[in-house]
Parts: sequence; C-alpha cells; structure tokens
Amino acid sequence: MEISWIETTIAALFATVVLTLWLSRGSGWLEPRFWRNAAIVSSLIMSGILVYLTVDSVNQIREGSARVPAYAVINREIGLKRDYEKRRDVPVIAKEVGFFGKIWSEEEAYALVNKGKMTLQSRNCMDCHTLLGNGAYFAPDLTRAWLDPKWETMVKGMTGKATREEAMAEWLQHPDRYPTFARRMPNLNLSEEEARALVAFLKWMSAIDTNGFPDRFAGVQ
Amino acid sequence: MTQALPQGKLYESQKLALWYFWVALALFGAQVLFGLLAAWQYLDPGFLYGKLNFMTNRMLHINAMIVWLLLGFMGGVYWFLPLELGREVVGIRLARFAFFTLVAAVGVVVLVYLLVQYGPGNALTLWFITEGREYIEAPRWADIGIVAVMAIFLYNVVATVIRSGRITGVAAVLMFDLIALAGLYMAGMHYTPNISMDQYFWWWVVHLWVEATWEVLVGSIMAMALMHLLGTPRRIVETWLYLEVALVFGTGILGLGHHYFWIGTPEYWLGLGGFFSALEPIPLVAMVVHAVYDAGMHRMQTVNQPALFWAIAQAFGNFVGAGVWGFMQTLPQINLYSHGTQLAPAHGHLAFFGAYVTAILTAIYMALHQVRRPDLPRFDSKLWKWAFVLMVVGIFGMSAAMTVAGFTQTMVERAIGGSTWQAYIEAQTHPWFQNGMVWRFVFGVFFLISYLVLIWDLATIGKGETRAAKEVGAHD
Repeated sequence: MEISWIETTIAALFATVVLTLWLSRGSGWLEPRFWRNAAIVSSLIMSGILVYLTVDSVNQIREGSARVPAYAVINREIGLKRDYEKRRDVPVIAKEVGFFGKIWSEEEAYALVNKGKMTLQSRNCMDCHTLLGNGAYFAPDLTRAWLDPKWETMVKGMTGKATREEAMAEWLQHPDRYPTFARRMPNLNLSEEEARALVAFLKWMSAIDTNGFPDRFAGVQ
Repeated sequence: MTQALPQGKLYESQKLALWYFWVALALFGAQVLFGLLAAWQYLDPGFLYGKLNFMTNRMLHINAMIVWLLLGFMGGVYWFLPLELGREVVGIRLARFAFFTLVAAVGVVVLVYLLVQYGPGNALTLWFITEGREYIEAPRWADIGIVAVMAIFLYNVVATVIRSGRITGVAAVLMFDLIALAGLYMAGMHYTPNISMDQYFWWWVVHLWVEATWEVLVGSIMAMALMHLLGTPRRIVETWLYLEVALVFGTGILGLGHHYFWIGTPEYWLGLGGFFSALEPIPLVAMVVHAVYDAGMHRMQTVNQPALFWAIAQAFGNFVGAGVWGFMQTLPQINLYSHGTQLAPAHGHLAFFGAYVTAILTAIYMALHQVRRPDLPRFDSKLWKWAFVLMVVGIFGMSAAMTVAGFTQTMVERAIGGSTWQAYIEAQTHPWFQNGMVWRFVFGVFFLISYLVLIWDLATIGKGETRAAKEVGAHD
C-alpha cells in the first residue's frame, strides 16, 4: 500500500489532540497536567509513526530496490531523464556496457562498491564534498559525479585515458597533478584498487532515485 | 522550592561540573581556531595544503563543537541536579572516572586526527582513525567510549532521582531525554556500503540529537537555571517545559523528514518532512514569548546580569538561528535548490550558537557566582558586556556572509548552472560568493576576539570585587 503524507499528517495531529484531551479530562489547558499529557502523547505518537515509516523506508532503500539499484548496476550505462509526469529527473539504467573492461557479478560488484565506500569514509570525503547533498561545501556535490560532463570534456584529455572510469581513477590518485580550479583536491594516497572502487561507488550512487535532486543536472532534458 | 547548601559550600557534583565547564570552554577555543583555519583556506587554498587540509580542520571544527557542547550540558546537569533534588549526586566517584576517561579519549582522538588524518580504505581505519561520517567522525572505539560515559552519566541522574525519593517534573523530563539521547547515538554506530541506508540512520543521530533531544536537554537545564536566576515558580517553569517537550517532539521527530527529501527515501517524506519541520519554529516562538515576559517582569535586572542576558540571548538565538534560518530552507520546493549550499552552515552557525552556546554560558555564569562570591546579591562585571556584544555581532556577521554566499550558490550553481562541477566553480568564483567568504573570515576574527574577552571575563569576574555585599546590592 502506498503511504500518503497528507493522511499520515492529519491522523498524527488528530490522534495527538484527541488523546491529549481525553487523558486530560477535568484539567484546564493551563495546568501542568494537561501539558504533561500532551508531551507524553505527542512523543509516543510521533515516535510510533517514525518507527512505522522507517520499516517502510528501509525496505524501499534496500540495495536492489526500485529506488536504490543493485551494485551490479555499475555494469550498465547510466543516465538521467526528465519525467514530465512527476516533474522531476529520474535515473535511467540502460544497456550493459561493462566497467573497467569487464562484467562484474553481483558479488564482485558488492565487494568493489563496499571497498569504495570504505575508501570514501577513510579519506573523510564528506568533510569537503557533499554526498546526496550532505557533507561540507568546500568541493562539489558528488551525488551525480559519475555523470559530470567534465570527465569527458577535460579530465580524459588531461589524463590521456580512453574511458571515463579510467580517467576518473587516474585523477583520483593524483588530483594535485590535474588542477581544475584554484582549490585543488589534496593527494590522499589512494591506491589504484581504492581509486577504482571509489569510481564504482560514485557510479552506483549516480543511479539512486533521489526524488530529482539535484534538479536538471547538467541541463537534463 | 530547591535546596542549596550553606553559602559558600558546594556539592561534589558541582565541583565536578566546574571541571566539565573549563574543559568545554577550552574545546570551544579549539573549535573557533580550526574554524578560522578552514575559513582562511577558502581565501587562500594553498594555505597548509597537503599538510593540514581543509577536511581535517573542518572535522576538528565540528567535532570540537559536538564534544564541548555535550561537556557543557553534562556540566550543567551536574551543577543543577543536586540543587533540584536536594542531595548529592549518586555515584560521584564513577562520574569523576568518566570525566577523566572522556578527556583522555578526546585527547587521543584529536592527536590521531591531527597527526594521522586518514588511513587506507578498510575497517581498521574506521575503528581507529576516522569513521568519515560528518559530525560523528570519531572512530568506533571512541564511540563505544562515548556510550559508556553516557551510561555512567545516565546512571548518576537516574540513581540520584530514585535515591532522593522525589521525581520532579524537570528531573523526569531530563531522565527520559537522556535515555533517548544515549540510545540514539547507537543508531550512528554501524557500517553499510549503502549510502541511502547509511544517511537514513546517520540522521537519527544528527537530527534527533540536535533538533529534538538536545533541545529538550537544554530546556531542562534552562528550566532549573530560571528557577534560581529569576525565582520563577516551579509550576510555571514545569508547565512551560512540558509544553516545550510536546511541541519539540511533536514537530521535531517527524521533522526529521526534511533530511529525507533527497537521499533515496520515498516521496512521502517530501510532504511529511516539509510540513512537520515547518512547524519546528513554534516551540521556539513560545520560548521567546516567555523570555520577553520574564525580562519585562524583572526589568532586565537580576542577581546575575550576564546569566540573564545569555538566557535571553538563548531564547532569541534559538528562534532566529534554528527557527527562522531553518524555516528559510526547509520546504522541499526551496530545499531542492538550496540543499548543500552555504545556506546550511549559515543556519548551523546561528542555530548552534543561539540554542546551545548561550545556554551553557548562562549555566557557567550562574555557577561562577556561587563559586566566587555567593554573598554578592548582584554578580556583574564590565567585561562581560563586551564579550556578549562582540560574540553576537561575530556570529550574526558570519551567518549573514554565508547566507549571501549561499543564495549565490543556490542561484548560480543550482537554479541556473545545473549543479555540475563547472557550475560549482562558477558559483564559488562569483564576486558575491567571494565577498561572502572574506566577510565570514573577518567576522570569524571578531568572534575569536570575543572568545578571548569571554574567557578573560570568566576567569576574573567576581574576583576583584572588594566591596561588601550590601554596597552592591541590587534589591534595595
């Protein structure tokens, strides 16, 4: 069943008010007892709804769901398109093209993306970049980094690599050598394995359905 | 109402509270220092490049803040709890042990942050160097330590309430809030490669701490403070506290949804998060109403002038910083473009300062009054006014500068530029953005000066007062 936010909101507020009034029969609204009941009731009802929605949300964002793709999505071509019915951009997962010249099984893809996530955390990426819009603001948002035109228009040429994934992996190992802006990313001593894993993580992340954030990335039509 | 020891005598718990306060203030200094280094790196990207990178300064800036605010809250509770319950805190030796463990652990974590900075992409790094998740970067071993310290703290509070045989409304709220606070931290102690799942529970710590349990914790501390500061009757204070809990939890728990707009979570969070987080300023308005009423009743005069001013700054700062600056960007239609721009730190700086820094400073000034000159009916100095004004100007200046920069990013990078790498660079090099970063640094220096004035005042207030109590009496 699809959860509707309006019904949920009205039910939560209605239940809180009615239950508070019922429990506080006989006391005026300026008495401590009334507000003590209101505090207990609202905390319990809102926490209850949060737990219920969490069960639903966790199921919807499990890897391999409609919103968060399975890790083997790194084998496929990924893009964005405007969904004019929903009035927002949605990821498009297209034909199999391989990644670093091979097709990765789901287990291999999991191991690679997992390594990429560990690398991301071990290098504190979030203390300069944002991921899904969260983090620090010293460097660009990485939500759709895999789809950024700059890899094709600039970084491939700089690094002399033939594919986007190779150019990204090379750039990530030596960001200090390939400046794009007055602010340069420091060299964080990524091994080749870590750099490739990080590229896999970024490619996987770019296929997550983020309700249209960021809007019209690179002018998507 | 509440019971105090004979004049000049302190509970052991209150002596411990002072230790908490001084360490908190030292870490406040570290926060300001690393913040300034990071702010300077916006202006001169080559500064300390490759040696002490922005990421490390920024991590130290925000982690120092989390830890010092927590230490300040714990100090506030250790200070007021024995007064509230009329007895010494139970398990004080354990509490002292927890304090020194925490300080030692913080020292080790900071040294590792500074000297090691980062590690290879494996579990060992996450356990011993950094977990790499904004705000809760602390390595896993330190997480376990934090939970252990919180458990001891919780034991102190609950055992003292039980032993005292009287559960006041404030003590009850405090107990349940601390249980939630300690429990929520554990939601942030897991690893998953799935970034959506990761951020879903990461926000349980970051949002449900800062926008729910911390608000109520600080509400409890302010409730105890107001009873002593203004002699507000318990019935009124407790009614307001219940009202605040009802509104903060009633709006803030589902207000969590404003962090679930864009992380892969279902669409119903757009409506739920937008609606409930838009209501989050309501309890803050209620507190402003209460503060204005109280201040008017007492004509801005009390036994402790600096504490009164910081308490009023708390109500206004919380409303403006958390309420207004938060509301500004909380609706999904706006947040789609403003999310992840300098508008977020503009809100963050003003809100953390307004809601939490001010509250801790209120508690510290009240504690110093009792420690230094409990005989003085009016605790005052010349310097605190300078610290107060400079600090408020500094934080507003920084936030205003970041707001202008954030609007520039929202427009140039997000609305027009399509959010790409190049669009990011264009916004960052836009004159409005660059001016914003210059002014942020200037006001940051202001803030550092105000911090030094504040520390000087805290170190000296009441000490030089040679007049007898009756000569400085406010109530004649």
